[in-house]
Amino acid sequence: MTPGTNTMNNNDTILKVEHLSMRFGGLMAIDDFSFEARRGNITALIGPNGAGKTTVFNCITGFYKPTMGMITLKQRDGDHYLLERLRDFEITKIAKVSRTFQNIRLFSGLTVLENLLVAQHNALMKASGYTILGLLGMPAYTKASAAAIDKAKYWLDKANLTERADDPAGDLPYGGQRRLEIARAMCTGPELLCLDEPAAGLNPRESAALNTLLHSIRDDGASILLIEHDMSVVMEISDHVVVLEYGQKISDGTPDHVKNDPKVIAAYLGVEDDEVEQIEEQLDEGRI
Amino acid sequence: MAQSSDNNSLMAQAAKEALVAAAVSFGLFILYVGIETYQDINNALVWRTRWGLLAVFVVIAAVSRFLVVGFIKPHLDKRKRDKAKAGIPEVSDGKNFFQRNFLKIALIGLLIYPPLSVMLAGTQGSLKYVDNFGIQILIYVMLAWGLNIVVGLAGLLDLGYVAFYAVGAYSYALLSQQFGLSFWVLLPLSGILAAFWGVILGFPVLRLRGDYLAIVTLAFGEIIRLVLINWTAVTKGTFGISGIPKASFFGIWSFDVGAANNFTKAWGLSMSSAYYKIFLFYLILALCMLTAYVTIKLRRMPIGRAWEALREDEIACRSLGINTVTTKLTAFAIGAMIGGFAGAFFATRQGFVSPESFVFLESAVILAIVVLGGMGSLTGIAIAAIVMVGGTELLREMEFLKHVFGPDFTPELYRMLLFGLAMIVVMVFKPRGFVGSREPTAFLKERKAVAGSFTKEGHG
Repeated sequence: MTPGTNTMNNNDTILKVEHLSMRFGGLMAIDDFSFEARRGNITALIGPNGAGKTTVFNCITGFYKPTMGMITLKQRDGDHYLLERLRDFEITKIAKVSRTFQNIRLFSGLTVLENLLVAQHNALMKASGYTILGLLGMPAYTKASAAAIDKAKYWLDKANLTERADDPAGDLPYGGQRRLEIARAMCTGPELLCLDEPAAGLNPRESAALNTLLHSIRDDGASILLIEHDMSVVMEISDHVVVLEYGQKISDGTPDHVKNDPKVIAAYLGVEDDEVEQIEEQLDEGRI
Repeated sequence: MAQSSDNNSLMAQAAKEALVAAAVSFGLFILYVGIETYQDINNALVWRTRWGLLAVFVVIAAVSRFLVVGFIKPHLDKRKRDKAKAGIPEVSDGKNFFQRNFLKIALIGLLIYPPLSVMLAGTQGSLKYVDNFGIQILIYVMLAWGLNIVVGLAGLLDLGYVAFYAVGAYSYALLSQQFGLSFWVLLPLSGILAAFWGVILGFPVLRLRGDYLAIVTLAFGEIIRLVLINWTAVTKGTFGISGIPKASFFGIWSFDVGAANNFTKAWGLSMSSAYYKIFLFYLILALCMLTAYVTIKLRRMPIGRAWEALREDEIACRSLGINTVTTKLTAFAIGAMIGGFAGAFFATRQGFVSPESFVFLESAVILAIVVLGGMGSLTGIAIAAIVMVGGTELLREMEFLKHVFGPDFTPELYRMLLFGLAMIVVMVFKPRGFVGSREPTAFLKERKAVAGSFTKEGHG
C-alpha cells in the first residue's frame, strides 16, 4: 500500500488543512501544517507531547483562530465551508464538525439522556419555533421531541449506555463518560467527528469497546479525526496517520508506512538528527 | 455492668467538656458581657458590671455542651450505626399522603388563606395577615423565582437583580401618571421594558464570567438606583413618586374610594381597604403561578435545557453548536421580565415608589432566598421565601420580647442577624439549599432526581 491512497470507500476529501500556522506570542505552536482527511476514513493525528496536536484541533473546531492558513470542510452535498471564518458554535451548527475534549466535558448534573438531548439543541430549537410554538404545544414540536428521544436511544444503544439513561452523567464510570461524550457529539449529526485522545485512561476492555464504537460510527458514514497517544489504538483503528512534531508535519500515510518512517521513530525515541540516517540503515538491515 | 461504666465515663466526659466550655465562654464574654460602659450624667464614661448576665451566658454554654456531648451526640451516632446496619433505607417508597400531594395542598392553602384570615381576624384584622405576610412573601417568591432562572438555571450570578424590579416599578409609576394608562396595559409593558433593559445590559456584560459578571451586574443595579435618585425632573429623586393609581378589577370595578363603580359599593360591603388587599393577594398569586408555569415549561424546552447545560459547562455547549450569547440573553431577559412584572405589582400595591426600595440589600436578600431554597428548585425557593420574609415579618410581631430585653429592644433590627444565622445553619446541614436535588426534564424508564453533588453552580 503506498502512502496517501486508501482502499476504504472513496477518495473524496472531507477536510483540507492548508498552511495552517498558529502563533502564541513568540511561540510558533503550529508552523505551516497541511494535511487532508478523507471521507469515510479514520484519520489519526499523532505526535509526542507538546507537538501541537490539540492546537490543530482547537483551530479546526474554532476554539482558536489560526494565525494563518485555510481549513476547508467539504460536506457530502458538495458545500464548502472555510472553518477559520466561522464562530465556534457555527462550526458544529453549520459546518457539521463536532468534537470531544481531552478532559471530558459532560454536563455532569444532567442525566445521560438529557446530555444527548442538549446536543440536538439546534434541531429542536427550530422545531419548537424558537420556543414560542413549543410553549403553545404545537404537534410539530411534540413530534420533533419524540424523534430526538429516538435518536438519543439509538446512540445510547451504540454506546452501550441504555441501562444508565436516567442516571446523572457524572455518576458514570470513566469509560462510560468517554463513550457518552462521543455519543453526545454524534447527536449533533456531524459529518466529521474530532476526538481528542478518546482512549486516554481507559482499561483494555473499555478500549476495545471504544474501538467497536468508532468503527460503527465510521460505518454509519461519519468521518473521524482523532488525536491519540496509544499507538496500539492508532495502529489498529486508523486508516490514515499524520505525525506532528514541534508544530510541523514529519510523516503522513498509512499506519504501516508511518510505523516504519525513521523520522517518526526518531521523534518518538528522541534521536539526534544526524543519527536518523544511522537508524534508517539499521532499519534496512532489519535490526529494529 | 459494662453498659453502666460506659455511661459513667460518658457523663464524666460530658461534665469535663462542659467545664471547659464554661471556662472558654467565661474568658470570651467577661469583657463583652460582664462589663458594660455607659455615659453618666456628666457625659463621662464609666463602667459597671453585669455578673448576672455573664453567669447566664456561661451556664447556657456549659449546659448545652453537656447535653450535646452526653446525650445528643451518642443518640445521633447510634442512629447512624443503626442506619448503616439496616442497609439502604435512605429512599422510602411509602411517601405519605401529605408528601405526595404537597403542591396541591399548598395551592389550596394559599387560595383559602385570605377568606380564612378574614373569618378569623375580621375584615380589618385580616389586613395584617393578607398584606404584611401574604403579599409581602409572594412578591419575594416571584422575585426569587425570576432570579432563579438567571442564577439557578443558567448559572449567571446576577447581583443587580433589583434593577429590573426598579425598572418595572418606575415604568408603571411614570406611565400611569403621565399617560393615565391602566394597570392591565402597563403590567405587560413594564415586563417588556424590564426585559429590554435586561437585553441592553446583557449584550456588553455576558461575555464576562463568574466574579466579573457579578461585579458588573452589581454596578448596574447601583447605576439604575443612582439615576432614579438624580434624574429629579422625571423621577422626583429621593422624594419618590406618590399617588400611583390602584389596579382595577379588570376594569369592571375600581378600588378608588371616590369612583362610581367602587368595588365595595357595588357589592354593598363596608368601606375597607382589606378587599383591595385580598384582590392584590390573588393577583400576585396568579403572577407567581404564571412564573412557575413558565419556568416549568421552559425547563422542558430546548432553551431551558440549554440554560442548564450552560450552567454545567459553557465550552461543551459551544462545542455542541449552541449559541451561548443568545442563550444567556434569553435567560437574562426572561428573568428581568419577571422582575419587571413584580415591580409593576409592587408599585400598584404601595401606591408609592422611591429609590429607597431598590437598594443592593434587596438584591442580596433575593439571592439569599434562591441559594437557601436550592438553586433551580421552585418548591425550595418558595419555602425559603416564607421562612426568610415571613420570619422577618414575624419579628415585628414579637412585642413580648420588649418585656424580656427592655423597652429599647426593636426585634426587627435583628433580622439581618437571623438571616445570617439561618444561612449558616442551612449551608452547614444542607449545602445545596432546602431542596438540593434536581428533577430531570426527560426520562426513558423512571424519573430519578439528580443529587446535588453532581450539579454545578455555574461560573458566569
